[in-house]
Amino acid sequence: MTNPAPALYQAPLLTTPFHSRLQPFALTNEWLRWGGYTTVDCFTDVATEYFSIRNSATLYDVSPMRKYRIAGPDAERYMNRLLTRDAAKIRPGRAAYAVWCDDGGKVIDDGTVFRFSETEFRLNSQEHQECWLEDSAIGFNVVVEDITEAVAGLALQGPLSCTVLRQLGLDGIADMKPFGIAEFPFEGGALTVTRTGFTGDLGYELWITPDLAEILWDRLFEAGRLYRLTPVGSKAVNMARIEAGFIQTNTDFMAAETVAHISRRRSPFELSLDWLVDFDKGHFNGRRALLRERESGPRYRVVGLDIEGSKPAQDALIYVGRTHQVGFVTSAIWSPTAKRNIAIATLQTAYADRSEGLWAEIYVNKELKWDKTTARCRVVERPFYNPPRRRATPALDF
Amino acid sequence: MSASYDIIVVGGGHNGLTCAAYLAKAGRRVLVLEASDRLGGAAANRELAPGITGPGCAHVLHQLHPAVRNQLKLKKHGLKLVARQLPTVSLGQDGRHLTLTGKRIDGLGESGDREAWPALHRRLLRMAGALHPSLSQTAPRMGSGDWRDWLAFAKLGLRLKMLGKTDMREFLRIVNMNVFDLLNDELADERLKGALAFDAVLGSNFGPRSPGSVLTWLYRLAGDLGNSDGLAIPRGGMGEVAEAMANAARSFGAEIRTDARVRRVIVENDRACGVELDSGESVRAKLVISNADPKRTFLSLVGAEHLDTGFQRRLKAFRTNGIAAKLNLVLDGAPEFTGLDMALLGGRLILAPDMGYVERAFDHTKYGEYSVAPALEIIIPTLHDGGLAPVGRHVMSVVVHYAPYELKGGWEAGREGFADKVVETIATVAPKLPGQIVARQMLAPPDLEREFGMTGGHWHHGDLAVDQMLMLRPVPGFAQYASPVPGLYLCGAGTHPGGGVMGAAGMNAAKRILAREASS
Repeated sequence: MTNPAPALYQAPLLTTPFHSRLQPFALTNEWLRWGGYTTVDCFTDVATEYFSIRNSATLYDVSPMRKYRIAGPDAERYMNRLLTRDAAKIRPGRAAYAVWCDDGGKVIDDGTVFRFSETEFRLNSQEHQECWLEDSAIGFNVVVEDITEAVAGLALQGPLSCTVLRQLGLDGIADMKPFGIAEFPFEGGALTVTRTGFTGDLGYELWITPDLAEILWDRLFEAGRLYRLTPVGSKAVNMARIEAGFIQTNTDFMAAETVAHISRRRSPFELSLDWLVDFDKGHFNGRRALLRERESGPRYRVVGLDIEGSKPAQDALIYVGRTHQVGFVTSAIWSPTAKRNIAIATLQTAYADRSEGLWAEIYVNKELKWDKTTARCRVVERPFYNPPRRRATPALDF
Repeated sequence: MSASYDIIVVGGGHNGLTCAAYLAKAGRRVLVLEASDRLGGAAANRELAPGITGPGCAHVLHQLHPAVRNQLKLKKHGLKLVARQLPTVSLGQDGRHLTLTGKRIDGLGESGDREAWPALHRRLLRMAGALHPSLSQTAPRMGSGDWRDWLAFAKLGLRLKMLGKTDMREFLRIVNMNVFDLLNDELADERLKGALAFDAVLGSNFGPRSPGSVLTWLYRLAGDLGNSDGLAIPRGGMGEVAEAMANAARSFGAEIRTDARVRRVIVENDRACGVELDSGESVRAKLVISNADPKRTFLSLVGAEHLDTGFQRRLKAFRTNGIAAKLNLVLDGAPEFTGLDMALLGGRLILAPDMGYVERAFDHTKYGEYSVAPALEIIIPTLHDGGLAPVGRHVMSVVVHYAPYELKGGWEAGREGFADKVVETIATVAPKLPGQIVARQMLAPPDLEREFGMTGGHWHHGDLAVDQMLMLRPVPGFAQYASPVPGLYLCGAGTHPGGGVMGAAGMNAAKRILAREASS
């Protein structure tokens, strides 16, 4: 490691390379602490920001995301031992969603993996992973480097996001496939674009060195002037995230290394991420434990719920009948686009495919008076909202 | 591709050979592969000069487990002792020495220790007796839910309870204490305390004032228990212990190859199924058992890609840096120690005149320096066994405390300077010695690492300390000789109960493997 250790928590909080550009928009001063940085929770109005994600184009500062560069002759072997999925199948120039487990096969964190070449990967994660990644490097000819502070990130999401990038002059951007990676010259530097995001919509993530961050922001606003390019905060992104059916570390499950009680750790099977586990690729962290779990069956499943009525079921308990508790809700909203009352919940495996007989006990605060109400619910497929434009290639022009 | 075996044992150290012998005795087809040209590992002989044999590392036999000795019939297979019940002599720097022979103590002068020491000794032996049975058992697992593990814990607890209220209370009081405080509470004579404190820290990264040094002492005493020969010298040198074990193994049908260095353990479909040698030859077997230390086994022979990060992280934390150096001197005559009766010269000579001396010797290692006045354990095997050297020549084997694994400035530059210091130190009690030396050989921890393949050059394959003992050795969760890789087991000093020429780790491993493989 050549970089100094990144400051985890310091007062005042760190600011991102886009801070000077975020601040003028943050009219209501709703700031949020994220990984030691101050970021915007809401600029002015959550509804406006949310509808901008679904109807125009939005910018969301993802710079606090931890970013690790993994490079060296053993990079692929290293990633394969780290991740539950087959890193060899992520070709250079492609990105992928991945989770990684501890020895017990419980998920430490999830994130996206970018593969730039045969020998270079980047791992993006919500939580700090330095120690785990460094210790995982023992015996492998790789360099693991925390490049969080060397790379600024902006999520450009929404149906008009491709249009904005075309206006910015990125040649051939419309032909980029989902989970593709491309690099463009930008102001004497390089702009890396990935067709990835957390909104379940058409969208891109833009990666640039901090010195060019403000210029990028300004150029994007010039390019997006006619397309109502809107900065959005974490609250609005979280709504889109739930509609997309994505789970979030420490919201829908606890990072394995941070739990106070080990029973709260979750395996990929328990998170319903079976498709991310590849037993045929050789050994990986947690493989032996996961093989045992495959035999015995997971204790829980993470599911999507469609809940009767319109009251968001945040923190609701899920019952079979009136008394037998079988799970709990971890994320829930009234989905403005799907026009459904949706939730992401953890259910005991035996009840995880119920389309009837499940009840949500929803807690409602009525002008300081807490009340509870029960609503029928059923397990449904995720995503809750899945527009064709999300995957269409070339990107649709609106 | 050569013939197939049931079991391959990687490494022909004394634990590997013991393990192989037990497994062969149980009818398994066993192959032992030893990298060097001789068996015994750190307990092997070494040619110091043409026609002169000395101990490579270990130089006195005192912990050989009676079960191993008897069940493998080591006597029948060639293990003969030329000396037993050696006295321990604490060398005083004024020529007044103190001698411990079993319970007897000579040279005390006017001191209350004449009564106090036997009382303390008896009490410590009672406590060591409660620990002793655990040495020849697989360490129980914590939280496994298996009744056998509960039983093992319960038995250990019961044995401590059976000590009686006074002793048990005393055990709990002193077990995590340092030996410096304990001995100052109990005894007065500095030479006595110095020698006892030296025993307590021998082979550990401890000084007398390090917490936990009472436990390491009790552990050593527990290892000595049940051994009716006391401190003993085998005929033909320490290497003959391993030879006898090898003969026993061969008599049960095991095959043993030397000059066969294992390059890697072959893992296929997540199961160890053989080894590949440096020569390129590969040998298949149903099980692979490694006598190599845990770090070498997993990080070099198996490889990180077959291990989980958490396991590797715990393995990384296993402390393996050696602390003792080995100096072998070839002398042109028997040495003379000022004031020491020739009859005692063949004893185990300790140069640790007081506890402060040992502590000061330890201080240096904390800062990457060797001790400028090291504490020493000296054995002159040629006094007992004329076959080891031509008439008139003698070998002085010295275990030197302390020598850090990583020396400031490096061992290449420091090795001979350290040897000079050791010789100077011995000369304070044997002034004529420097003129008698015709050859010398200094093995610092990195040399021991290179010579015997022990990571860090630690003769126990890793510190013996409370956090690396029993169910925590080598790492929590894998203290039952098994490894995370199916088909791969450990049997070396890095497993419970640790090093010392005891053979218990090899014996326990063999029994555990037979029980497990029978049930699976």
